[in-house]
Formats: sequence, C-alpha cells, structure tokens
Amino acid sequence: MIKGKFIDNLPKIYGIYTGGFLGFIILMAIAEGAGMSAKMIGIFFVAFTVFIYALIGYLSRTLQVDAYYVAGRQVPTVFNGMATAADWMSGASFVAMAGGIYFKGYGYMALLVGWTGGYVLVASLLAPYLRKFGCYTVPDFIGTRYGGNLARLSAVIVLTVASFTYVTAQINATGTIASVALDIPFNIAVYVGLASILMCSMLGGMRAVTWTQVAQYIVLIIAYLLPVFWISNKIGAGFFPHFMLADEVARIAELEGQFGFVKNSASDLATVPKGMAGITKAHSDVNTTPWKFISLAVCMMAGTASLPHVMMRYFTTPSVKAARRSVGWSLFFIFLLYSSAPMLATLSKLSLMDPNLPTGIIGKSIADVQAIDWYQNWNQANLMFVSDFNGNGTLELNEFFMGGKAVVLATPEIAGLPYVISGLVAAGGMAAAMSTADGLVLAISNALSHDIYYKIINPKAETAKRLIVARVLLVLIGFAGATIAALEIQGILGSVIWAFDFAMSGLFFPLVLGVWWKRANAPGAVAGMLLGLASGTAYLVWVRNGGEGFWGVTQLTFGIVGSLVSLVSMVVVSLLTQAPDSATQKMVDEVRVPSGKTVLGKQH
Amino acid sequence: MSKQQQHWEKTRGLLFITLAIWFVFSIGIFFFATEMNASSIKPFGYPLTYWFTCQGSLGIFVILIFWFAGRQEKIDEEFGFTEREDD
Repeated sequence: MIKGKFIDNLPKIYGIYTGGFLGFIILMAIAEGAGMSAKMIGIFFVAFTVFIYALIGYLSRTLQVDAYYVAGRQVPTVFNGMATAADWMSGASFVAMAGGIYFKGYGYMALLVGWTGGYVLVASLLAPYLRKFGCYTVPDFIGTRYGGNLARLSAVIVLTVASFTYVTAQINATGTIASVALDIPFNIAVYVGLASILMCSMLGGMRAVTWTQVAQYIVLIIAYLLPVFWISNKIGAGFFPHFMLADEVARIAELEGQFGFVKNSASDLATVPKGMAGITKAHSDVNTTPWKFISLAVCMMAGTASLPHVMMRYFTTPSVKAARRSVGWSLFFIFLLYSSAPMLATLSKLSLMDPNLPTGIIGKSIADVQAIDWYQNWNQANLMFVSDFNGNGTLELNEFFMGGKAVVLATPEIAGLPYVISGLVAAGGMAAAMSTADGLVLAISNALSHDIYYKIINPKAETAKRLIVARVLLVLIGFAGATIAALEIQGILGSVIWAFDFAMSGLFFPLVLGVWWKRANAPGAVAGMLLGLASGTAYLVWVRNGGEGFWGVTQLTFGIVGSLVSLVSMVVVSLLTQAPDSATQKMVDEVRVPSGKTVLGKQH
Repeated sequence: MSKQQQHWEKTRGLLFITLAIWFVFSIGIFFFATEMNASSIKPFGYPLTYWFTCQGSLGIFVILIFWFAGRQEKIDEEFGFTEREDD
C-alpha cells in the first residue's frame, strides 16, 4: 500500500467501502426474506464488520514511531473529523444515551449539550496549541511545558484513571452487544469484544486506529440514522424526523397525562431485576432544576476538553489550521448522531405507548405482551420486564421496565422493523464501542510506553523496543479492562460520566493554564493534578457511601469539586513558587503562534 | 508592542467572544429553562427548551467552531503567522 497514494484516494476508498456496506445490508435483507434466522443475521452483521476493521488494522501495520503514535501527522481534516467522531461516540453515546433520555428526559439532555459544547473549548482553548507543540501524548505536553518527571508522571496517573474507567464501560458495551448478537454469556462476550478491539490497534497503533475509526464511523452513523428515518416514515410521523416530530412529542405528553405517572411501592420495585428502569419522567418537560442540568453539562464540557483520547486525535492533522477546522468537522459528524438521539427516544417511546399504533403495548393484556417474540428475547437477556403490580391483567405504564442500554438495540424490534435493522444496529453499537475503546486503550498504553518507559525509565531505548513495549502494554491494559468490565460494577452511562469527572478534576486546568497562563509552573501543575484528582475521588467515595454532599454536587458531577480544588491549588502553589524560566516562557510564546516548527521535534 | 504580542492580544479577544457565545448557549439559557419551555416560540413546533437541547445549542456550537476557525485564520494571516502549505 503506497502511503501518499492512499491518502489521495481516501474519498474513493471510503466511498467504495460505504457502497459495499450498503450492498451487504441489502444482501442480508434478501437473506432474511429467504428465511435466514434472526440469530444468523446478527452473527453475520457483527462478524463481517469486525472482520473488515481487523483487516484495515492489519493493512495499516507499521514499524515507525511517528506512524504508531500520531499516524504520521497526515490525516486530512474531514477524515480526522470522522475518526474523532467515532473515537468520541462510544457505547455510551450510541447504546446508552438515547436510553438515558428515554427514561430521564430533560435531566439527561444535559449530556447532549455537554458532549457537544465541550468541543468549543477544545477548538478555542487547546487543540491548535497542542498540535503546534508537536507532542505524541497529552502527558508529553504536560511534561515538556512544565518540565520534570513528576509533572509527567502525575499527568499519566490522571490519564490512566480517567481512561481506564472509560474503557471498562466500552468493553462492557461490546460485551453486551456480542452477547445478544452472538448469543453467548456476557462474561465470555467481553473477551470476544476485547479481541476485536486489540486486532484493530495492536499492529498499527494510531495509524491503524485512525483508518478503522473512519470505517467504524460510517457503519455507526448508517446504523443510527436508518432506523430513525424508517420508523418515522413507517408511523407517518414525517419523512425528515428531526424537523417533523413536534406532533409526536406533543402526543407523548398527552399520553403521559392520560396514563399518569403512578408511583410503584418499594416492595413492587424490589421484584424488578437490577439495572432496569421504568418511564417515570415527562418526555419533553423541564423536570430538573437549572443547577442540576447546568452542573452536569459543565462537567461533560470540561471533561471533553481534558480527555486524552480525543485531544490525541488532533495531533494527527498535517497543520495547526487543519487541527482547528478538524474540530469543527468532528462536531458536525457528532451532531448528526446526537441530534437524532432524542428523535430515536421519541419514536421508540411512542411506538411503545400509543394504543393507536399496532406496536403499542401499554394497555394490552399482560399475557399478550409476554407472548411477544421480542419481549421474550429481551426478557431472557435480562433487559426487559413486565409485571402486573395492580393485578388488573393489563399492562400499565408503570409496569413496564427496560434496561437503559436496551433502548437503542431493541427499538427496531419494538417498532416492528425487519430483523435486518436490528442486526445493523448491533453492528453500529459494536463499531461505536470498539472505536472508543481502541482510542482509549491506545491513549493509556502510549502514555505508559512513551512517557513512562521511554521518557523516564529508558530514554535510550531503540525504536523497535519502544514499539514492542507499547504493544505489550496495549494487550495488558485491554485484559485488565475486560476483567473489570466482567464484574459489572457500574452501568455504561454511569462509568462514562465518571471518566469525564476524573479527567476534568485532574487535567482541565493544568492543560488550559499551560497555554493561557505563562506564570503556571511545575509545582503548581503537579499540585493541581494530584490534589484535583484526589479531592474529586474522595468526594465520589464519600457520596457513594452515603455522604450527603454539598452544593447539590452528586456522584455524576464530582468533577466540579475536583476541578475547583485543582484550579485553586494550581494558582496558589504557582504563585508561591518560582516563575518558570525564560526558556519555558519562550516555549509558551512559540506555542501561541501557528507558523514555524513544532516545539518538540518530528521524532522524539 | 511586538507583532507577536499584538497577535496574541487579538487571539485572546477572539477567545473571549467565542467563549461568551458558548456560555450563553451551553449554560446561560438553561437558567431560564422552565420559562423558555412555556414560551410561545416553538421552533419546528417543539417546546423551546426541548428544541435547544435536541438541536439548537448543538447546531450553534458547530457553526461557532467553524466561525472561530475562520476568524483565527484571518488573525494569523494579518500578522504573517500562517503556516506554509507544505508544512
């Protein structure tokens, strides 16, 4: 594969790929018509797409440091946008977010605002400057800007805590999908997920991850949009759902009024399996306080700007200018999915609730519902549950329960679409979770291999050895992640939100002030990172163990506490200690100007 | 003032404008979520706050970043700090 030629031919290559994938969907649809079983379709979808990613990963194998860490810094703007979007949109965005909105309504819409608004911070505060810096990893920036191994080490610690929390959630998501699609037990499925993740990143590092992520973006966006448009057209809600669902949103509000939100007794709720939720909040009403909404949005935004696997993607662009534009493209591609999530939640809920639709089950007899095929499948997977609490024989709104992660995956079946769409959605969810897991595992192992092994332990290590260490670490971290994921400590959405809070607690201010405040120095940064992370973690542990908290900060927004401590300690310690030397000051000046050489050399 | 200082001054000015717009649509308007949702302004028929959380704010962020990138490129050009194309 000739490199220059490959880059020039990207639109053509991915055009053919997209056409091929659409052809595959049609082929599967024909196969379904010819009587292929649902199980086989699911297996084909997941296996075929994962095979393609692994193939791309293999073709992108490399023995060069530059290619392994930053894809040779030649990823074009728009393609980097797509790769970032896939990197960004995880199992949480694809599988769990619409579910969160479905059950919690407005309170969780803060995720939509937070996970997009953060990109404004990325574009204006950080990405172009870090690109100019020319670092391989985020701790590389911290270590060089502030100087000293302690600062570098602290950055690696924060990065590892945040990314590792995040990656367990992604492996959990791949496991969930693999277990449903391939019909294998969850604790085996997580390792199947892990193997697919490693196949994409091990041989080619950042270069392989970049080109698989573009491929994964294409799969996941088709898989998300197709059912939304299909259902919308099927129930006659409008051919372009995003602009035409106002009546449906109003209809849900009307039905909610009609059914009422009956509160279940504690003893009834105790019979509902763990991890499932009922519809208890109004769909489009403002159902939470401004502070609750805003604090969650703020945490997600600051977390976005501190998460290393996203920042790392902007190190791969050819120039500073391209890095800036690339952030815009990333957000555009993310917007396509995020603006569809509430529409998916709306259509899914209406399909379930509206007695005028053939798919509506609320108000039907419990025995009828329990006889439905898809209900039995999802009930078996421990993700759906109905129970006749009031004993009247019909299903009431408060008697239906579903796992948050099942909403997106089960919607095509609930809405009565052919099974081929369910297979497609499973492949999309797999793509979303895999692409993010790849980015994260790579971020952790790169930080450990580059910043700890090469920069601190063995600066004389030759290229081949560095890359072997990087790959061994990649596998080890993946396995550790899968092992923790198999324990199922926290749900997908919960762990992802925690990861943002961890990243924000430790890294947000040290990164931003590194560019925007020349007076910031090494002791300040170390204090900011370590005290921020420690106080955030302490707050989380306290609230988790029954502590009442303060300022209305919950276990989902503990980053507020962590980052405030981080900011204060960083400023105070910086001002109490010596100002950075003139070489460092000059380096900061250098970073602020786009033209000229990068601060760190091309190979370092 | 040196060329570089002037460049940074302008860059910082642009940052403040960008962050101000960002603040309004990511934080500011949600202080008035209840009032907005009850208002008679309904984009595409959706309740106003609901629309902002689904599409409005998100779309504004996309446009804001491209606008910001364009302005910053102009500033860099003005002071001759644009990168060479072959960089």
